[in-house]
Formats: sequence, C-alpha cells, structure tokens
Amino acid sequence: MNGVHDVLAPAGPQALALFHLWNAMLVACVVVFALTMAVLAVALWRAPRAGERTRPDLDAHPRREATLRRSVVWGIAGSSVLLVVLLFASFFADRALSALPLADAVHIDLVGHQFWWEAHYEPNSPERTFATANELHVPVGRPVLIRLRADDVIHSLWVPSLGGKKDLIPGRESTLALRADRAGTYRGQCAEFCGYQHAKMALVVVAEPPADYERWSAAQRAPAREPATAQERRGLALVEQTSCAMCHAIHGTRARARRAPDLTHVASRGWLGAGAVENTPELRAEWIARAQKFKPGVNMPPLDAAPDDLAAMSAYLGSLR
Amino acid sequence: MSSRCRDRALVLAVAGVAGALTAACEREARDFLPPRPGAQVAPAASAPASAAAIALAAAMVGRYEHNAYAISAGKRLFAWYNCSGCHANGGGGSGPALMDDVWIYGGDAGTVYLTIANGRPNGMPAFAGRIPEDQLWQLAAYVRSLAGLASADAAPNRDDAFLTRTPESFADPAKPETVKPAVATGRPQ
Repeated sequence: MNGVHDVLAPAGPQALALFHLWNAMLVACVVVFALTMAVLAVALWRAPRAGERTRPDLDAHPRREATLRRSVVWGIAGSSVLLVVLLFASFFADRALSALPLADAVHIDLVGHQFWWEAHYEPNSPERTFATANELHVPVGRPVLIRLRADDVIHSLWVPSLGGKKDLIPGRESTLALRADRAGTYRGQCAEFCGYQHAKMALVVVAEPPADYERWSAAQRAPAREPATAQERRGLALVEQTSCAMCHAIHGTRARARRAPDLTHVASRGWLGAGAVENTPELRAEWIARAQKFKPGVNMPPLDAAPDDLAAMSAYLGSLR
Repeated sequence: MSSRCRDRALVLAVAGVAGALTAACEREARDFLPPRPGAQVAPAASAPASAAAIALAAAMVGRYEHNAYAISAGKRLFAWYNCSGCHANGGGGSGPALMDDVWIYGGDAGTVYLTIANGRPNGMPAFAGRIPEDQLWQLAAYVRSLAGLASADAAPNRDDAFLTRTPESFADPAKPETVKPAVATGRPQ
C-alpha cells in the first residue's frame, strides 16, 4: 500500500513534537551508551596485564579502590540530571500535543470496526455530513479533530507521519487532534491487536490543498452517480438484490444498510478492504466473490455469482466516483 | 480419603481434562472458505421443501451448532440483519419469541433453517439469496441456541455489549419441545 508510514518523517506539528522527543531520547541514550562503553574500555585498558604464569595478586584484594565514592556520586548525579531532563522533555512534548489550535477544525467521527474504519465528516452539521470509509482526506494547514469510537473491540489509530497513537475503546469516546502541514498520502494503521485481520486494517490519509479538499468533500456529499450503461444498470440491480445491500449503503439506491463500508463513492478510493486489495476492476470483482482469499476472517461473505454478474457489479461500483 | 481413592480421582480428572481438550477442537475450528458448490439447500420459495433438503440443512446446522465461532457469528448477524427488529433479543416482539419452547413450524434444525431461508406467512421474510448459505446456517444454529437446543459448551456466554438477558449457554435444554400448528389467527404468534 502506498503512503508514507514513517515516524522519522513528521508532516505536522503533532508528529514533529513527538519527533523532537524521540530525538532527545535518542541523543540521551546514545550519550549514555557511548560513555558506558568508553569507561569500560578505559577500565580494560588500565587493568594490569598478566600472562599464564602470573600469580594471582591477592594483596590487592582488601584494598579499596581510591575513587569509588567519587565514581558512585558522579554516576548517580549524572543519571538523575539526565532523567529530570528527559522528564521535562516528555512533559513539554505532551504540552505541545495539546496546544494545537483547534479553531476552524474539520470534525471527523471515526469508528473502528473489525477490520475497517468508518468515518463521518462534519457530524454536527446535517447539511454537510457524509460517510466514507478507510480513506480520509484532510486539508493542508487546517486542524482535524477526530472523535474516536469503537464498535466491537479495542482498536488504536496510528498515523505516524501526523501524530501519536490513540486507543478506540468500546463505550468510550476519545479525541485526537492532528494537522498536516505538507500535502501527501500518509498511511495509518490499527495499532492495537483486534483480531484475525488486525494487520490488514489500514487507513489512508490524503492531505491536499484546501481547494482540492473542498472539491473532494462536495463530491462525497453528492448521492451516488446514476448508472450510465446497460452493464452498470445490471450491476446496480444485482447489488440491490443480492447480499451486498444487506450490509452496505449506496446513497440514492435501495442499499441502505450500515454494517459495512459506505460504497456511495467507492471508486474514489484507492483500496478495498482497509488497504487489503488495490481497487482495480478485476481485483474488485475477485474481492466481491471471495474476499476471504485476500483477507481471511474478514466479515465480508463470499458471493456465489456468475463471472459476468461479478463483472457487472464491479463495473457499477467502478463508476461510483 | 484412602490413597487408592485419591489415585482414582486423579485418573478421572486427567481423563476428564483430556476428553474436554479433544472435544473442544471442533468447538473452535474456523473455516473461512466459502461453502462448496452444491452445498446450497434452500429451494425456491414456492417449491415445497424436499425431505432430502431438510435432512441436508439439519446436518449442516448440526455441524455449526458445535462450533462456538459459528454460533457467535450467528449472534452478530442476528443483530446486523435486524432479526432483533421483530424478535427482539429472543423474547419476541411483533415476531414470535425464540427463547421459549414454542415452535410454530417446528424447532428441528432443518425447519428452522428453512424458516429463515424461505420465510413464513404473516411477516417472516425470505433470506435465501439475500444472505449467503453459511450465514443462514450460522443464524439457524444461533436461533436454536436461544432456546437451549444448540450445544451448551459452544453457545455464547456473554454479549459484546450489555447483557440483556441470561446468556445463551445457560438456556435450559431440558424444556420439552412443543410444536404448535400454524393456525390462521391473522396475527403472528
């Protein structure tokens, strides 16, 4: 799956604060490690040389090392200072995370399911809200306030290029504030083991210029496109009459269930099954017929349909841009 | 307790644990492959159900009834497909209760399966063709577990959300099964 998934390439202030903290920890640990190794090397170098025939120097045993007290005091003092410095670094990183200004934020409700992400944009304004799944678009430079909920078990949202992890816990609500300062495609991942296909529970976050974001959200808000060709019309009829409509919703059609990803604009997304399969006509038909082949344990049931029926459904879904 | 008696108790305990372990294998098996072609038993809604179809459905439901994953999947589907819209959580509403001992059309596995697949008069919709075969079997196994007719060690012990009633695994299997004939009262039983 394409998209940046890199803690060391921060694309926003939240990830940057964590990146600074990580750098501070790394420097501290490297210095401590290097000092320890250097002291060990000096001790080995200073140790009396001895051969096979040298008799053990038992006289030295009762002598105390001259600088023992000084070494211990310096060791404790150094460690304490370093720990306090890291404590402050951690504290200020946490302060920086919560200091993101949230005026003019894009509100997103994100619900974790086994094994996909359900997103509702602008849930508080009925005329602007719309649903999508497994792919978020965010405007560059504008904060995003994500309200996190879980439907079944504990999940965790982690988009390393934009921020830290936050758990989604059934029965609880939590929020995560992010901001992308650079346009790009960032990969997110469920970071709390949630079942068989935890590994294939990815989230694409596309950060784009505000004008592009407005265009995208206006397109997402529109109902599904009418089928244009005979094949697409047949595909729509099949989607409405078979098991698809029992779980999926396509706005403007008779498919209105809310148990699986919203398919109103499924062709605008690059991947199917939360990053499991690329969204191409052939793979889409194969996914409809046998999703278990790509993602064993996914809740999408197999569909026993003729190849041209599958092609018609794939063509119809492919037209839903 | 004499030492001989203690030895015997130990042997019994070991045998019991070994038996439980081997019996539990079937309980946890998960099969993610689609059912083989030809495993479809739901006849068209208009055609009368053949005895062979009922027997095959009963055999499949029987297999699913010993599998904890299949029954809990059926429990999830029961909510997803809005069975609870009419049957509530088994207690019944505008549809008949499923956790009691009254079965209007019969509580055997094949009949429960056909009821879900083909629907019944007075409001029960037909789900064959709407949902896949293995989900029909899972649902049938779960519906029977509501009345305590599925294997108690495979039936769900808890709900994912708040418990609304006694868990399925505690349903009393000793209830006598009574079959009430379908009388045309003009409203669902």
